[in-house]
Amino acid sequence: MEIRKVGVVGAGVMGVGLGQSLAQTGHEAVLVDVSDAVLQRAREEIRQGLRFRGLFQKGERREDSETVLGRITFTTDLAALADVDFLIENVPEKWEIKRDLYPRLDAVCPERAVFAVNTSCISITRVAGLTGRPDRVLGMHFMNPVPLKPMVEAIRAFHTSDETLETARQLLRQMGKDCIVVGDLPGFVSNRILMLTVNEAVFVLQDGVATAEQVDQLFKTCFGHKMGPLETADLIGLDTILYSIEVLYDSYNDSKFRPSPLLKKMVDAGLLGRKSGKGFYDYGIGR
Amino acid sequence: MDETQVKIKEFLSRFLKSHDLQLDEDIFALGFVSSLLAMQLVAFVEKEFGIQVEDADLDLDNFRSIRAISDLVARKSAPATA
Repeated sequence: MEIRKVGVVGAGVMGVGLGQSLAQTGHEAVLVDVSDAVLQRAREEIRQGLRFRGLFQKGERREDSETVLGRITFTTDLAALADVDFLIENVPEKWEIKRDLYPRLDAVCPERAVFAVNTSCISITRVAGLTGRPDRVLGMHFMNPVPLKPMVEAIRAFHTSDETLETARQLLRQMGKDCIVVGDLPGFVSNRILMLTVNEAVFVLQDGVATAEQVDQLFKTCFGHKMGPLETADLIGLDTILYSIEVLYDSYNDSKFRPSPLLKKMVDAGLLGRKSGKGFYDYGIGR
Repeated sequence: MDETQVKIKEFLSRFLKSHDLQLDEDIFALGFVSSLLAMQLVAFVEKEFGIQVEDADLDLDNFRSIRAISDLVARKSAPATA
């Protein structure tokens, strides 16, 4: 069965990227958020994203931006999800929000619809337990910017069925993407390793072992990484890094995830990376 | 580099940490061009050189390097012939 209509709940950075990515690969998308202002901004960002996609995606057949935008419904009404084939949820990474949302999604969405939790840290098995369809819930950790990233970290929760994983693969194929399926433990693979790496890089800086430039240069020139861990931290945002490493620390009760005091200090000082204009590097004023 | 190319280089260099950008270097391959910077770049080119960049011009080939951008500016600045 072809997946035609996809619900996207939460119109933040990930919701915007997903809306664009789905629409430009021919899907109907329903983008839901609690705020009209957020939806308005999302529409504008998707329009810009579509307009500029020729700069980032070479060789793709380019439809008129307004035609593509026309495939997306922007709404604050969850009832608009009543006929979706697939649902991707990207509300903030707060358990209370997910706890209130999932029973409502379960009630409004068709029985057959698969739910994908787009998270980098929350337990998929725990979210699945909020629904009456735990076999049809999986994790899909999309990377930002969604239209440009061909790979997704997919998470098989305790009850996730093979059929559900196949449905998710099919949607990704239709979107020109693929996935790597991993198990459900906090941080999965990507964040568990990345956050630990970034945190240790900050310790290295804190201990005066090397400068930020030296750390990043080593990763780029010796290991062939596109970006070093500290540049990556500036891109993600130091507050997000700190929050993620704290979640890992709490989840595993393992001291190896203790956040570097320097990282905490920088966040307290408002040095959040690119978005604040300064982190491990100086980006001038604003972004 | 001519005057246009120097101005483009100056703009792009504000986003590059200690890297001497060359005329034909692929700025997208360098990996520092975010979607936000792409928009800033287009706005800069329109304002600085007084040209109008249409949606159809928003193609990688027109923005790949300092030379590509200056070629686009030259094309868009030329008086219409048809």
